[in-house]
Amino acid sequence: MANGKMMGIIFSSSHDEVLRELTEKRAMASVPFAGRYRLIDFTLSGMVQAGISEVGVITKEKYHSLMDHLGAGRPWDLDRKRDGLFILPPLGYRASGEGVYQTNLEALYAIEGSLLHSKADYVVLADANLVYNMDYTELLEYHESKNADITLLSCKYNFVKEKYPDNENIMLFNQRAGRVSDIMFSPSDNPPSNLYLGVLIISRKLLINIVDRAKSANLTSFKRDILQRNPFDLNIITYNYKGLVRPIYSLKDYFDANMEMLNPKIKNELFQKDRQILTKVRDEAPAKYGLEAKVINSLIADGAVIEGEVEDSIIFRGVKIGKGAKVKNSIIMQGTVIGKEAELGYVITDKDVEISDGRLMVGYESFPVYISKGSKV
Amino acid sequence: MFRKKECVAMLLAGGQGSRLYTLTKDLAKPAVPFGGKYRIIDFPLSNCINSGINTVGVLTQYQPLVLNDYIGNGEPWDLDVSSGGVHILPPYQKSKGADWYKGTANAIYQNINFIDRYDPDYVLVLSGDHIYKMDYSKMLDFHKKNGADCTIAVLEVSKEEASRFGIMNADENGQIFEFEEKPKVPKSNLASMGIYIFSWDKLRRYLIEDEEDPKSSKDFGKNIIPNMLDAGEKMMAYPFDGYWKDVGTIDSLWEANMDLLNPNVPLNLYDSEWKIYARNPGLPPHFVAKGADVQNSMITEGCEIWGTVDFSVLFSGVTVEKGAVVKDSIVMPGCVIKAGARVEYSIVAENCVIGEDCVIGRRPEDMENLDEWGVAVVGSDSVLDPGSVVKPKQLLDSKTTGKVG
Repeated sequence: MANGKMMGIIFSSSHDEVLRELTEKRAMASVPFAGRYRLIDFTLSGMVQAGISEVGVITKEKYHSLMDHLGAGRPWDLDRKRDGLFILPPLGYRASGEGVYQTNLEALYAIEGSLLHSKADYVVLADANLVYNMDYTELLEYHESKNADITLLSCKYNFVKEKYPDNENIMLFNQRAGRVSDIMFSPSDNPPSNLYLGVLIISRKLLINIVDRAKSANLTSFKRDILQRNPFDLNIITYNYKGLVRPIYSLKDYFDANMEMLNPKIKNELFQKDRQILTKVRDEAPAKYGLEAKVINSLIADGAVIEGEVEDSIIFRGVKIGKGAKVKNSIIMQGTVIGKEAELGYVITDKDVEISDGRLMVGYESFPVYISKGSKV
Repeated sequence: MFRKKECVAMLLAGGQGSRLYTLTKDLAKPAVPFGGKYRIIDFPLSNCINSGINTVGVLTQYQPLVLNDYIGNGEPWDLDVSSGGVHILPPYQKSKGADWYKGTANAIYQNINFIDRYDPDYVLVLSGDHIYKMDYSKMLDFHKKNGADCTIAVLEVSKEEASRFGIMNADENGQIFEFEEKPKVPKSNLASMGIYIFSWDKLRRYLIEDEEDPKSSKDFGKNIIPNMLDAGEKMMAYPFDGYWKDVGTIDSLWEANMDLLNPNVPLNLYDSEWKIYARNPGLPPHFVAKGADVQNSMITEGCEIWGTVDFSVLFSGVTVEKGAVVKDSIVMPGCVIKAGARVEYSIVAENCVIGEDCVIGRRPEDMENLDEWGVAVVGSDSVLDPGSVVKPKQLLDSKTTGKVG
């Protein structure tokens, strides 16, 4: 049994750049997923399930949609007098001067006050680009049992550079004598076999200590300056997560992870009855199927009205699909209206898109068409 | 300190709903699931908050556990407010004796103190067994404009139906001069919807007087309304022309659910300006597999459909296995319809397992004798062995297990 009390810090804008389209107006943490969720729901629900009652969300920019989603934290029972959810706005502290923080370490300088104020023994730092349903007490137990300074959450991963030509921040490593070694970022060849999932656990006191020392040393990147270079000679180990986890490093990753939810086994491993993924409730009526509706292998959220055909697709809340319309291999986000006889294949429509009657839009499996929020096509 | 409220709502939720038989065995009628993700009480509660009434007393008595849990702090309906909000009001012990609620009027009488705290000008009395969307603020305006002492919402019904209702006979201005409870020969077709607005000082007086009358059955329809009429109080009929349905019987509950699938029925649950709120079970979107066939139905979160669903309402977390057929039916939360089972014209209550190749209910077209036809009901938490048969009109008790039929 784990003894320590944990607090959580979520970096809501981690990897924003890899989903350029979807994060044009929102942070990674509030990217919609699987019909009714936002990516942060997975991390947040997991933390709450693990008994974490103090969660800080570090914001950077474009956080309006995230704030709207989180509110006071009620869906996760985080609207509390003690602890609860706190949103940490970008205070503009930078080691190198003014402006919004650029790296996680700079963000941590800015929230040092919250870290000092907390009574938790440990801090779980987590990026928001993960789809998983993890019990963080596993991580804590492992960390405590190994007496480590930092335990990184990782999984086995077959990194292929060609799939991520623009992403230089995917951190891989080997394990030697129980310790993390050979850290590399998006290497072109011979990639190490462990992927750092952007989640780690560290004692709160050590974290404050590191943040202080890093500030004096003018260090800026947690991954590169602390973990990779390890200037403070920390005992950094890894906990290999064997459960379902889907890190999102590209639009294709995002598309594929959504589509995997059409496999009931995978879906039910992620959405477990006794470990619910919680999200903001929108009070939609049940989904309604019309007389000529035809739905095959799809996920349909509440409030959807289906009068046409849907195949191999994810349909979010409140989507309307007109008579004779055909939607295939697509992700149709909240509030989108698809006109009569329109045909869509390999399309991602962001929220509140309108597709006129009879329109034809087809992307490719390797390159889905993206239609931005609120567009009329 | 309690802030003064113009209008406080009192929701009568203590009735047993005995005509729903097994469905209300362990459950108060207002807590009966409805429409895929609601319970009946969501309709009056949502109407209250949408009408600007944020102080609601819910009078409970019969099997209140599920209902109390469900209402909780009122958060789903935005009724978790410090100045008002939703309050569960069960009968309680007083310094001189203790009484159950002896009638609808007595239930309000026993909570005069609750109402007085808000010093309201008006009290809205509602019941927890009707499905409708109504803006009570318009009815209140009508009440005020007419300087009425009591306003009763009425609905035009057909002459044939009229003898099932309390009928208001009103003049051309809408002033009620006569009230008849379930008349054999109705004089008008204005049926009471069981929605009353009273000026609180008047109602308060009549409640106290009625309480002192040993012969009174302490009921709004039988005592308070006739007494006020006899005394010449100004009673107005407020005409309502939307959808309204009493879901007090198996048939009407089934019909009201089916009405949701009928595009010609004017009850729109998809209106973002007048949402019906409910407590959310927090499940992922529903999944429709390859080979499934879903039409003319309402399906909600957490369902997995591998079989055929037609003209049906499926609540959260229902699984319909491959080859199973659900037609013209209502399947409540958490049920599993196993492969090859056939569910037609039925209500399957919460958390049932309908075994492989079971046959539940039947289409009226397939009956030799139509008199034997009716909606079949499987009580909650039943687990039926494969090949079980539940006949039309049959009411299976909750927690039935093993082979049936």
